Amino acid sequence: MTTRWFGARVQRVEDDRLLRGRGHFTDDINEGALESCLVRSPFAHARIKSIDVTAARALPGVVAVYIASDLPFGSTDLPILIPHPNLTHGRTQRCLASAVVRYVGEAVAFVVAENRYIAEDAADLVEVDYEPLPVVITPEVSAAAQHLVHDDVPGNVAAEMLQEVGDVKAALAKAPHRKQLRLRFERGAASPMEGRAVWARWSESEHRLTVYDSTQSPTSIRGGLAVLFGLPESNVDVIAPDVGGGFGPKIMLFYPDELLVPFAAMRLGRPVKWTEDRQEHFVATNHERGQVHEVEVGFDSEGRVLALSDDFIHDAGAYTPYGIILPIITAAQVPGPYRVPNYRVRFRDMYTNATPTSPYRGAGRPHACFVMERTLDAIAAALGLDRTEVRRRNLIQPDQFPYEVGVMWQDGNQVVYDSGDYPALVKRALEMLGPRPDGDHIGMGLSPYVEGTGVGPYEGAHVQVLVSGKVVAATGIPNQGQAHATVWAQIVADQLGVDVSDVEVSSGDTRRFKWGVGTFASRAAIMAGNAMAVAAGMVAEKAKLIAAEHLEADPADLELAGGSVRVKGSADRGIPLAAVAVLSNPMRYAFGGGTEAATQFAAKPRPGPPLPEGEQPGLEATGYFSPVGSAWAAGCHAAYVHVDPKTFRLEILKYVVVHDCGRLINPMVVEGQIEGGVAQGIGGAFYERLAYDADGQLRNASFMEFLMPYATEIPPIEIDHIETPSPLNPLGIKGAGEAGVIPVGAVLASAIEEALGVPITEMPLSPLKLYELSRQRVTEPRP
Amino acid sequence: MKVNGVQHPAPVDPRRLLSDHLRHDLGLTGTHVGCEHGVCGCCTVLFDGAPIRSCLMLAMQAEGHEVTTIEGLAAPNAALHPVQQAFHECHGLQCGFCTPGFVLSVVGLLAEHPHPTALQIDEGISGNLCRCTGYASIRRAVVRAVELSKQ
Amino acid sequence: MPRGRDHRVKPPPFEYHAPASVDETYALLGSLEDAKVLAGGQSLVPLLNFRLARPAHIVDINRIPNLDRIYERDGGVAVQALVRHAGVEDSELVARVCPLLSAAVRLVAHRVIRNRGTLCGSLAHADPAAELPAVLLALGGQVVARSTRGERTIPAADLFTSVMQSALAPDELLVEAWFPASPKKSAIAEESRRHGDFALAGAVRAGDRLALFGVASTPVLADPKNPTQGLQPSGDLEATPEFRLHLVQVLTDRVFTS
Repeated sequence: MTTRWFGARVQRVEDDRLLRGRGHFTDDINEGALESCLVRSPFAHARIKSIDVTAARALPGVVAVYIASDLPFGSTDLPILIPHPNLTHGRTQRCLASAVVRYVGEAVAFVVAENRYIAEDAADLVEVDYEPLPVVITPEVSAAAQHLVHDDVPGNVAAEMLQEVGDVKAALAKAPHRKQLRLRFERGAASPMEGRAVWARWSESEHRLTVYDSTQSPTSIRGGLAVLFGLPESNVDVIAPDVGGGFGPKIMLFYPDELLVPFAAMRLGRPVKWTEDRQEHFVATNHERGQVHEVEVGFDSEGRVLALSDDFIHDAGAYTPYGIILPIITAAQVPGPYRVPNYRVRFRDMYTNATPTSPYRGAGRPHACFVMERTLDAIAAALGLDRTEVRRRNLIQPDQFPYEVGVMWQDGNQVVYDSGDYPALVKRALEMLGPRPDGDHIGMGLSPYVEGTGVGPYEGAHVQVLVSGKVVAATGIPNQGQAHATVWAQIVADQLGVDVSDVEVSSGDTRRFKWGVGTFASRAAIMAGNAMAVAAGMVAEKAKLIAAEHLEADPADLELAGGSVRVKGSADRGIPLAAVAVLSNPMRYAFGGGTEAATQFAAKPRPGPPLPEGEQPGLEATGYFSPVGSAWAAGCHAAYVHVDPKTFRLEILKYVVVHDCGRLINPMVVEGQIEGGVAQGIGGAFYERLAYDADGQLRNASFMEFLMPYATEIPPIEIDHIETPSPLNPLGIKGAGEAGVIPVGAVLASAIEEALGVPITEMPLSPLKLYELSRQRVTEPRP
Repeated sequence: MKVNGVQHPAPVDPRRLLSDHLRHDLGLTGTHVGCEHGVCGCCTVLFDGAPIRSCLMLAMQAEGHEVTTIEGLAAPNAALHPVQQAFHECHGLQCGFCTPGFVLSVVGLLAEHPHPTALQIDEGISGNLCRCTGYASIRRAVVRAVELSKQ
Repeated sequence: MPRGRDHRVKPPPFEYHAPASVDETYALLGSLEDAKVLAGGQSLVPLLNFRLARPAHIVDINRIPNLDRIYERDGGVAVQALVRHAGVEDSELVARVCPLLSAAVRLVAHRVIRNRGTLCGSLAHADPAAELPAVLLALGGQVVARSTRGERTIPAADLFTSVMQSALAPDELLVEAWFPASPKKSAIAEESRRHGDFALAGAVRAGDRLALFGVASTPVLADPKNPTQGLQPSGDLEATPEFRLHLVQVLTDRVFTS
C-alpha cells in the first residue's frame, strides 16, 4: 500500500457535477411522479372532531386524499428509533393524526395531485374541526405540569435518569466554596439548505419498491419499509442521492411522509413524490437545543472543582421518536476535558406541545460544554482568578489516559476518553489568539472541549477492482456534503496503490450496499473509513495471492503501487491490477479487453477445480468495522469580541480553533467541517432561535425571521491541528463533524460577559438581550 | 423565453414560478429551491445577465428575456467557468445545494466589480445562505475566481 | 381561538394581465376588482407564495415601455415606475443630485433583490421599516399617481397612511417619484440584525429634518433634539418598544454628528 493519499489535501471528486448543476437531489427526480402535500395542524394541542376531505377530493387534478382511516397502518404508532429502559413513557405519533394533535405541524391528511400547486389548493379545501386544548410550551411550563401533553404521561415526564460518580452531597457539604447557576437554552434548528423530500415508485411486475429519500440513514428506512409493507428487504431499495445538508434532523424512523409516499405509490400505481417547503420545514422537521440546567458546584480556593451537580430538563417536544439520546449525551459530556471527582447528573425529558426534538450537530454536547465553561468562569469570578488558569488547574493531564469519567455514553458503554492532550490544545489556542487588541468593551473567551465520536455498532464497505483497472467501492452510509466519495477514495487508493481518480465511491444506496447504520454523531470517517480500509486491504491481499501465483513470487515480497502488483523495489516485475482482476475470474476467456494482457501472466494449470473450495471469483471483498468504544476528539476555541455599548452589536475580532481529531485523512475537508460548524455555532449563539408564543405558534417560521447568518456575520477563523491518534481503530482517526459547533456558545458567552460586564446565562443572545441585561445591571447592581 | 440560448415556450399557468418552470417543465434541475421567499439565494439565475431570484418571478414574466441557469455557464464537456473552477479549487462547496446560486451571484458580482475589494466581496456574497461551509472557503473562491478570470 | 398559519408555499390561482401601455394599465386597474400591480415582485411574490395575499388579478406592468427613466426635474431627481433599485444605485445623476438617496438605496436588502425591486414599488408597498419611504419623507418629496380619472401629486407627508397602506386608490398607478436635491448635511443610519435585513430602527437626516423608520406604523418626522417624543413603537422578536426608543436616540445622534 502507498501512503500517498492519506493526509493529503485532495480536491473533491464530487465537485464537477455539483458545480455544473448536475447534482441529483431528491426533488430533481420526476419521471412522471404525482406530487403531494400534507395538511398539517395549525393548533399546538387540539382534539380532532371531524375531518372532511370531500371538497378536496373533488378538485380537478387531485388524485387522492388520505386520512388515517384510509391507511392500513393508520392506527400504528411510529417506532422509537432508539428505545431505552429509562424512557418509561416514550410516545410517538401516528402517520396521520385522527384523534389528537400535539404540535403545530403534525400531519393530518395527505393530498396527492398532478402538481404541488393543485395539491396545496386541495389542502386549503380540507376541513378539519379542531377543539383546542390547553397548550404546554417551554420545558419549565411542562415541568410545572399544570396541563398534560399526553393524558397517560404523569407530570409530562417521558424519561428520567440519574447518574452519580462519587458522593456529591458529601463533597458539596465539605467544599470551601459553592456556587449555583441556572443556565437556559432556547430551541434551535439545523435548517439545512435542502429541505426533506421523498420519491417512491412501486413496480408491480418486479414486486419492487424504490424510494429516494433525503435521509441520513437509508438502510434503516429500507428495513422499516420492508417490515411495514410486508416485503422482503431484497425487494426494497432506498437511496439517499445527493442530499443538501443533513446536520441531524434527517434521521428518523419515520417521518410520516416516508411511509405515506411509498404507500401512495403502491396504491396509485404511479410514482409519487413529496418535497417540503421551508415553512413546513420549520414546523415539521425536528428541532433541538431546548434545555434548562440547575447547577451547583463545590470548589476549593485554588479553583479546583470538587463536586458538580447538574439537574436539567430537556425539551422533547410532543413526541419522543428518537429516544433520549440527546439528554444522555449532555449528561455524559458535562465534565468535558476536566477532572470532576464527584459528579451527579439528573435529567428529565419533558413533553411540550411543540415539534419533536432530535439531534442537531453537537447533539447535546454544546449544552454540556456551556454548562461546564460557565461554571468555571463563575469559579474564576468568585475567587478573582484568571479564567484560563482555572481551566488549566482542572484539565485532565496527558498521562491520565484512558480516562474513565464514570457515566454512560450514547452507545451504552461507559464514557472512557481514549487519548488526547488537552493542555497542549489550550496552549496552542492562546498562542494563536495572541495579545488582546486595544479598545473598550473587548472581551476574551476560551473553551476547550471533548467530543465523543465514532459510535458503533458498525459500518461496512465493499471494494472491487474491475477488469478495466478502475475500482468501485460502496458503503451503506450516506453523505450530505462531507466529501465521503473523496475521503474514502483516498483510503482505498492507498490500499490498492491506485490514483484517487480511479476510485469511484457509492454511498447511501441500498442497491449497492445493504448493511449500515447512518451518518450522524461524527462517526462516518471512523466507521466507513475503517471499513473501507478493511475491505480494500482484503482486496489487496487477494491481489497479491493471485499475482504471486502468476509471477512465481512470494506474496510477502509483493506490493501494490502505480496501479500494479509488483515485486517490492522492482517496478518491471509486476502485473497491472486490471489484469489481476481478469485473472481472478476463471471465466476470463469470455471477456475481451484485458484478457490478452492477462494471458501472458497465465500460470501453469494447477490440480483441482478452477475455483478452489472456499474461494470466490472476482477481485472484491466486503469488510466491516465495529468499534470497542468511541474515540474522543478534542479541541480548544478562543476569541476576542467587541460589543458596541450603544447598539449592542457583536463584532468578533478574532476566532481561533485548535483541533485534534487524530490522524487527518483530508485536512481540507476537516477544515471545511470546522468552518461550517463554527458558523452554525455563531448562528446558534447570537442569531438563531425558535420563538414560540404561549399558544404554541412558531412566530418566526421563515428565513426572514429565523436569522441564519450570512457571510457578513461570520468572521474568518484560523485553524490549527494537533494529531493524537486514536488507539481504537486501525486508521487512528477520530470524528470531526461536530467539533466546530460545540464550544462556540461558551466562548462567546465568556467573551461577551467580559466585554459588557453583564452575566450571561443563556443562549442564544442578541442585541436586545444584551440591552436588557445591561439595564438590569444598572437597576440591580451586582454585589 | 430563451434559457441558456435555447428558445422555450412560457408555461400556461400564470402562477407557475420561474424556479418551478426551470426545474420541472424544462428539466433544468440545477437551479435549487430553498425557501421560496427570496432570502436564501439557492434559486438565483441570471436574467438578461443580472442575478435575480427565480422563486420571486412568475415564469411568464421571463417571456422575451434571456435566462441563464447554472447549466448554461459551461458547455457539457467543456472546461468549467473560472468561477466554477475557483469554487472547486478552494473547497467552496460541500453539499452543493446553495452552490449554483452562489456561482451565478458571483458571476454577477464580478461582472460589476472585476477587481472587488474585500468589502465588495462580502457585500456581493451576503445575499446567499450556506449552511455547510461557513463562507470562509467561498470568500477564498471569489478571490481565486478573480485571479482565474484575469488569465 | 388562535388562528394558525396555514403553512402553504405556492401562489394561489389568479388572473394574469400584462398590459403593454400605461393607458391599458389604467383601464385594467379601473375596471378590475381586487387587482394588485406587479412591478419588481420582490415584496409581492413572497406574499403570493405564502398565500398571505390572494388577489384575484395580477397586473404586470413590466412590459410597459418608456417607464424606466431617471431624470432631473425641478431641482431634484424623478424616478419612474420601472426603475429598479439597482438602477438608482448605479445612477450618476442620483449620486450627484441626491446623494442621500444613493446611500439609502444601498441599504435595501441585497444587490440581487435590487436588480428586480423597483423604487416606486417600495414606496407603494409602504413598509414602515423600509428606507426609501423615510428618505422621501425626510426630503419632502412627492409621487405622481395616475388613473383613468386623471393625475394627482401626493406629497410624502400624505402618502404613507398605515402599515403597508398608502394613500393610493385601488385604480391608481404610482408612475413617478420625485426627490428634491439632498442638502449637504444628509445621512442615513439603521440598525438591523443581519446585513440587508429590515431595520429594527432607522434615522434619515436631510439638513435639519429628521425622519425615522421602523418605529411607527409609517415613517415619521421627528425633532432631532427630542426624537423619541410621542413615539409608541411596537415590539417584535428582535426589539422591544424600549429598545427601539433607545436605538432611535443612538441613531439620531449618529446622523447628526457626522
